[in-house]
Amino acid sequence: MPAGQGTLMDFASFLIQMLNSLQYGLLLFLVASGLTLVFGIMGIINLAHGSFYMIGAYLAFVLTSATGSLFLAILLGIPLTFIVGAFLEWALFSHLYKREHLEQVLLTYGLILIFEELRSLLVGDEVHGVDIPAIFSASIPLSDVLSYPVYRLVISGVCIVLAVALYFVIQRTRLGMMIRAGNHDRTMVEALGININMIYRVVFALGFALAALAGMLAAPISSVFPNMGSHVLIISFVIVVIGGIGSVWGALIAALVIGFADTFGKVLLPDYAGMVVYLVMAVVLLWRPEGILKKG
Amino acid sequence: MSSLNSTIFKLAGLALLACVPLTGESFYVELAAKTLVLAIFAMSLDLLVGFTGLVSFGHAAYFGVAAYSVALLSPKYEAASLWYVLPASVGLSALAALVVGLFVLRTKGIYFIMVTLAFAQLAFFVFHDTPLGGGSDGIYLNVKPTAAIAGWVPFDLDNATHLYYFILGALVVVYAFLARILQSPFGRVLVGIKSNEHRMQSMGYLTFRYKLAAFALAGGLGGVAGFLYAVVFGFVTPELLSWHQSGNVLLMVILGGMGNLVGAIAGAFVFTGMQEVFGNWTKHWQLVMGCVIVAAVLFMPGGLSAVPGRIKRALQGGGSNE
Repeated sequence: MPAGQGTLMDFASFLIQMLNSLQYGLLLFLVASGLTLVFGIMGIINLAHGSFYMIGAYLAFVLTSATGSLFLAILLGIPLTFIVGAFLEWALFSHLYKREHLEQVLLTYGLILIFEELRSLLVGDEVHGVDIPAIFSASIPLSDVLSYPVYRLVISGVCIVLAVALYFVIQRTRLGMMIRAGNHDRTMVEALGININMIYRVVFALGFALAALAGMLAAPISSVFPNMGSHVLIISFVIVVIGGIGSVWGALIAALVIGFADTFGKVLLPDYAGMVVYLVMAVVLLWRPEGILKKG
Repeated sequence: MSSLNSTIFKLAGLALLACVPLTGESFYVELAAKTLVLAIFAMSLDLLVGFTGLVSFGHAAYFGVAAYSVALLSPKYEAASLWYVLPASVGLSALAALVVGLFVLRTKGIYFIMVTLAFAQLAFFVFHDTPLGGGSDGIYLNVKPTAAIAGWVPFDLDNATHLYYFILGALVVVYAFLARILQSPFGRVLVGIKSNEHRMQSMGYLTFRYKLAAFALAGGLGGVAGFLYAVVFGFVTPELLSWHQSGNVLLMVILGGMGNLVGAIAGAFVFTGMQEVFGNWTKHWQLVMGCVIVAAVLFMPGGLSAVPGRIKRALQGGGSNE
């Protein structure tokens, strides 16, 4: 987290805040991309999406303790969360498609309570730390006193690779074509003989896995604590609103904007930091009530 | 016939509530008082969700604004006048809702849900981060407001029984007010907006203004509940504006069945009832609560107030759904 030492910034600390903004924004993008796809394609408002992030962070803690390596934890965690996501879609969310938003809000609100209590029962309520993998534990010196941790750069790198991969999957593959078509017109896609339910399941599971991966990556720098999902959830909502529902690229732009606004808000206006993000949202809403990039 | 039944039912319920202080158990009186406050809160949200079709997920903001207003407007060690702080705090929460409404009512559907939530978070951080209201620790309302009018004191809010009846009176007034509003042309327009906003627009109604008025009104009535909450507990924290609070009140409205004021009251009682029962049973009562919510959505569309109709239909052996 950025430290607010004063209002005057030299170049090295400015660079650090820039890199922090980028890393935070990209991490938020991982969470928000799944959320916006589930909104856009399935028309489902999923409050439990923040819990997926929390589950990822706790998985990183539990699996790292068990295997001794964050890499192994992530390698195990991604397929695990993908499978759990597919199961949740089958067991619960597939019943919500034709329901009102209100019922979706309610069911996913109930899920948050369940996930948080299960977390409390299984892992407890303490705050836990996860070690940064040894090979990334170094810092790059930027000036006499300031340095930048390599692990944060690794997070940014992984997120950029994933964003490119997501772009490739959505724009260049058959699956992506079906996802885009499903985003546009569900009935037509079904009429063309495409199994839309399978698309939904894959997208939902992918969203779960991406949010959990964000949690796993963030675990070493943010530590692992109860209710860590709720803040991320609401910030992700803001990102989806700013970016335009269903627009992955809107989410990317919005996530970066929010990453910068939040990081620099904390440095420049520490007393009002919590509000900066929401003020950005209010301004965007006045300018474009449907987000920067409309769905489509 | 059925309306006669329901009037009898309402009066019986009111009589039952009026008897609570006779038990003399201060625990139950305080629990019932808290539930009545939540019932007022739930009714105010029902005006939006159930009657106007606006699913607000940030209603706790107006509850919290009024609660903070009482605490901030009252002198530190003296009683403020009830006849000044009540209208002032309700007015401030209605004003907050009016301003937020100008933004959020530009959006619809999922956007509306998320944007109301985000504005409530903004309000949460105003009280949580700035020194205005004591930061994350909150502030005390040391002395409850006094009802004195020129030396004459009609009732004393420091007396638990007086306070209980004051809250019960507020519940009846808010209920009657909302019921009257919903019968009025204004209320009929709101219901029309819920069922088909485009049609209302093409009939020449400026629906934005009606929705804004409903949003501000609901904010003000939510403020009545927030005011009472601060008076009952004498302590205000940013948690009152948290999104869990918004979620809980939405839950009460849905539990009771939307668009039904008595249902909203029943929802508040069922909610606090579940909280008490599960809370005594296990430390992890939220797990049970979560399962109940999920099961309710999956198996009980329409809420509690739809249950009698469903049972009736099942008994008649129709076998057909809806």
